[in-house]
Amino acid sequence: MKPAPARARAGPVGLAASTSRGADAAPRRPVAAGSPRAPKQVRALKLAVFTLGLLPLARLVLAGATGAFGGLGANPVELITRSTGTWTLVFLCITLAVTPLRRITGWHVLQRVRRMLGLFAFFYAALHFTTWVWFDHWFDVRAMVADVIKRPFVTMGFLAFVLLVPLAATSTDAMVRRLGRRWSQLHRLVYVVAIVAVLHYWWHKSGKSDYAEVTWYACAVALLLGWRLVARIRRPR
Amino acid sequence: MLIKSPAGGEPVSSEITPRAVWTNRRSLVQAVAAGVALGAPAWARAQSGKPGAKLQSQPGPFPSMEKSTSYKDVTTYNNFYEFGTEKDDPAAHAHTLKPRPWTVAVEGEVRKPRVFDIDELLKLAPLEDRVYRMRCVEGWSMVIPWVGYPLSQLLARVEPTGNAKYVEFYTLADSKQMPGLRSSVLAWPYVEALRLDEAAHPLTLLTVGLYGEVLPNQNGAPVRMVVPWKYGFKSGKSIVRIRFVEKQPVTSWNRAAPHEYGFYSNVNPEVSHPRWSQATERRIGEDGVFQRKRPTLMFNGYAEQVAGLYAGMDLKRNF
Repeated sequence: MKPAPARARAGPVGLAASTSRGADAAPRRPVAAGSPRAPKQVRALKLAVFTLGLLPLARLVLAGATGAFGGLGANPVELITRSTGTWTLVFLCITLAVTPLRRITGWHVLQRVRRMLGLFAFFYAALHFTTWVWFDHWFDVRAMVADVIKRPFVTMGFLAFVLLVPLAATSTDAMVRRLGRRWSQLHRLVYVVAIVAVLHYWWHKSGKSDYAEVTWYACAVALLLGWRLVARIRRPR
Repeated sequence: MLIKSPAGGEPVSSEITPRAVWTNRRSLVQAVAAGVALGAPAWARAQSGKPGAKLQSQPGPFPSMEKSTSYKDVTTYNNFYEFGTEKDDPAAHAHTLKPRPWTVAVEGEVRKPRVFDIDELLKLAPLEDRVYRMRCVEGWSMVIPWVGYPLSQLLARVEPTGNAKYVEFYTLADSKQMPGLRSSVLAWPYVEALRLDEAAHPLTLLTVGLYGEVLPNQNGAPVRMVVPWKYGFKSGKSIVRIRFVEKQPVTSWNRAAPHEYGFYSNVNPEVSHPRWSQATERRIGEDGVFQRKRPTLMFNGYAEQVAGLYAGMDLKRNF
């Protein structure tokens, strides 16, 4: 096998692409694999993120199984759908926040959990998708196809999920090495996913003209992508 | 009027009719009637209008064999946008609604326009128990034991003129009592409407209670409509004005999203909502997560009674 490009080997891996091409070229000393920087600290951070990331699922499972936290309410499928959808968006936003936060604060250790955060976004998206396929449509392929074709908000949701799949599939170290610079190009898809995911939610709420919550996510995504745009313009290549 | 709303919005246990009492309600009602007849009006409690106070009612037509949705689900999971857009908002916020004093103005194309006091309206006709399916346009359903009398009883008292073709129902719009009015989701007041023949149909119920008790605020106290063959939003809540008009009115949801909510909004599994299919539904409290949704019935299962109202109409166009 070809030796992996130095950038990919040294650089962090993650579902989300980094800021920009220009930024990619910059060396990333502090977060290189095998860096002397306290691996214990990194391990603790990873464990913390992993545990926190599972909490939303734990809450749903416990509520469903034992009635804790007020149970799943009168309409459990609706609650599960909303919860998994919301957490997908939250993890997408957190993932996209890693690079700006790292640049602003200098906490480069954050980069070490970016892949995990991105995979949590995929994990909740997969649960959201499964809820739709199973609990909502009961594997009725015809009904699902009709849903995707006829209803723009479902089209958007479906598209966002489909676009996430290759990102999750190429999130292993081996895939990062194999794809080289194409990896970071591919993972820039996450920007599209975030926009499409917000559109999915926006469209869903449009019938009720109830945009209060989705506006927050739209602003967050706009801010996170806007920061990248500004950073790119400011950084001459 | 305050509804005690403990944490979680659950009704206090004293508010829940024990199932044994509920399932035996008819014999109980008969027993009470017998008691009243014997001059022992043990239950002849003054109708205080307090949510939860018992109502005197008799079994109505259209009996249902279906299992009623629990009192808790009926009273904590519903839409009433005047108190918020989430389904737990009405139960959490409707305690600010004051169902007394209350009047209902009946006006427009009628020979005898009048303003009814709510207590007068309650005594206009004998109250009946009517167990109806309720299908929400969002794809879920319930079975609710309502208490009320046919709207036709009121129509007979006010005598619509020959010009009356439609009836509008206006919900209260008082921002002091209804925090949801701050939101611009809908144009307030909430207006719903029926064709006159729909309004006069024996299924159409002027409703003042559920589970044998005065309506809880969140379910549309003190008086609401129940039109069981149409999607739930067609049944206006907390009504203050009933107006007879000649032209087809523009209703609230129809105005907000005309391509999604038509004037008729009859339950119809063959006409999809633009954002989801209406072919199936999930019965609240019965259809679990790991259960296939049940098919939605034409006119919510009331086709035998109401299909005639729409003979010759294209229901895909007049959705």
